[in-house]
Amino acid sequence: MRSYLVRRLVGMVVVIFLVLTIAFVLVRLAPGDPASLMLGPDATPEEVDALRIRLGLDQPIIVQYLTFVTNALRGDLGTSLFFNQSVTSVLATRAEPSIFLALFSLLVALVIATPIGIWAAYRRGSVGDQMSVTSAMLAASVPSFLTGLIFQRYLATDLGWFPVSGYGSPDADFAERMRHLILPAITLGITNSALILRFTRASMLDILGEDYIRTARSKGMRERRVVLRHALKNAGIPIITVVGLTFALLVSGAVVTERVFNLPGMGNLVVNAVLRRDYPVIQGTLIVVAALYVLVNLATDLLYLILDKRVKY
Amino acid sequence: MAGSAASASAPGFFRLLSARPSVLVAFALFVAIVAACVLLPLLGVTDIGGMSVRNRLTPPGEGGYLLGADAFGRDLLGRLMVAGQVSLGIGLGVALLSSAAGIWIGLLAGFFKRLDTPLSRLIDAMMAFPDILLALSLVAIFGGSMGNVILALSIVYTPRIARIVRASTLVIRELPYVEAAQALGTRTPTIMITHVLRNIMSPILVQATFIFAYAMLAEAGLSFLGVGVDPTTPTWGTMVNEGRQFIDNAFFLILFPGLIIAASVLTLQIAGDGLRDALDPRLAKET
Repeated sequence: MRSYLVRRLVGMVVVIFLVLTIAFVLVRLAPGDPASLMLGPDATPEEVDALRIRLGLDQPIIVQYLTFVTNALRGDLGTSLFFNQSVTSVLATRAEPSIFLALFSLLVALVIATPIGIWAAYRRGSVGDQMSVTSAMLAASVPSFLTGLIFQRYLATDLGWFPVSGYGSPDADFAERMRHLILPAITLGITNSALILRFTRASMLDILGEDYIRTARSKGMRERRVVLRHALKNAGIPIITVVGLTFALLVSGAVVTERVFNLPGMGNLVVNAVLRRDYPVIQGTLIVVAALYVLVNLATDLLYLILDKRVKY
Repeated sequence: MAGSAASASAPGFFRLLSARPSVLVAFALFVAIVAACVLLPLLGVTDIGGMSVRNRLTPPGEGGYLLGADAFGRDLLGRLMVAGQVSLGIGLGVALLSSAAGIWIGLLAGFFKRLDTPLSRLIDAMMAFPDILLALSLVAIFGGSMGNVILALSIVYTPRIARIVRASTLVIRELPYVEAAQALGTRTPTIMITHVLRNIMSPILVQATFIFAYAMLAEAGLSFLGVGVDPTTPTWGTMVNEGRQFIDNAFFLILFPGLIIAASVLTLQIAGDGLRDALDPRLAKET
């Protein structure tokens, strides 16, 4: 157990280090000088030189790399060229909608996927099972912007059930801001329910074939109790790991969903950064998201380890 | 792609595929979409270039426009078919390029113990970046052209192929016939290609089919965000993006491109699932 933990932590440190390296290399891959690229074609040579010095581009590449890594580890991800603020603080102001959108949509996905997944596994091979598997595939195939735009057009604009877009007025209170996340969360939740549904179904199928389920049934236990108490309790553990796996999916979907509903989150920020060639913001977002992904997956793996007594490493 | 699988074990493959009518239907539908995109513009059935202010935003079914006309009065069906060539082309290009790169990385990692740890960690690190996020960063760096979008998405999906190739190689490498070939003095590259690669083509093919689908979704997402291919190049994603301006009075401009993306991705995924079940019956039982 301890050696497993040590191995996982060392692996995590290596991966985070590689993530930083990739993020560093990516921006250097851009053709031409980063400073003149960032300033655009109208910049004078003096301005370019000044920015080069500010960014430390006059230093040897290895010094630049080491500075970048040590700064990043201290939480300094550079300065946004557009906002002229530290990338960390720009990201922090955009975190709220993104975090709550991710949490709510995960909740929506679990509420949709878990019961259907259990039911489909229980009725394995039936028409209903095939229909739920096919609809899961459909949910994963419809681009989230299409779902989002359909909901926005019909549920928000026409029926007025939800706010059409945005995050409320600047002085909107917390409840009002969250109200603006309902429709985006449903949109994103539907897309992400697909993977969870298939995973729930598969792990339920595994469990339903176990000996202790047969034992419970042979004792004459009511079927409802067998499925909900014995099977679900054990199938729930592997479902935790899928939450870690959906994280990447959630972020990718959130970028598009935030754009559809014009939410001032990190996804919208990074798209604007791409359009403005604000490389430090792009780089910073990549690092933060990848580090989160690594941490979330470590957390779910450890949770799995704690909850499932049979797993020994 | 099905052609190469068929040549590997043609009778068995088709028998298994025809035992699953839903897979066959999905496969046929996907082929129909591809054929329509290639053939309809060639046959001149759709008049893509014709702009007319008078016919702008004509609703579907009116004035001879089966799926309506866009903001420039161009036939939407014709636009969809031409855009489809680009969208499908990008999907196919990404599937091929990421497979080619992923096969080499995976074979090297699986075959040489010393390369395994560094390559595997690199794969882990690459997969920590969510696909759209990494793709749009890459496009921001390379610049948005069709070739660069294919390159960016191929970089995003290469680790998925590499991971599967590595895992399969690790298994095959230990089999007696590989050992026998080594004992006979067969050169390592020959063993890697003729003994290992040829036996792991099915999982690669299945994964490539899924990547084809994911790449089309990702391309549509990038174009929708306005950071994909040049906005003047019609793809299904750029068409949705253009249509957003008319969301209130011409929703079909969004709906039809969106639906054809969904149809292509769905049929590809069902075909991929069917392929997996057909090529590896052991997996079919589990999922």
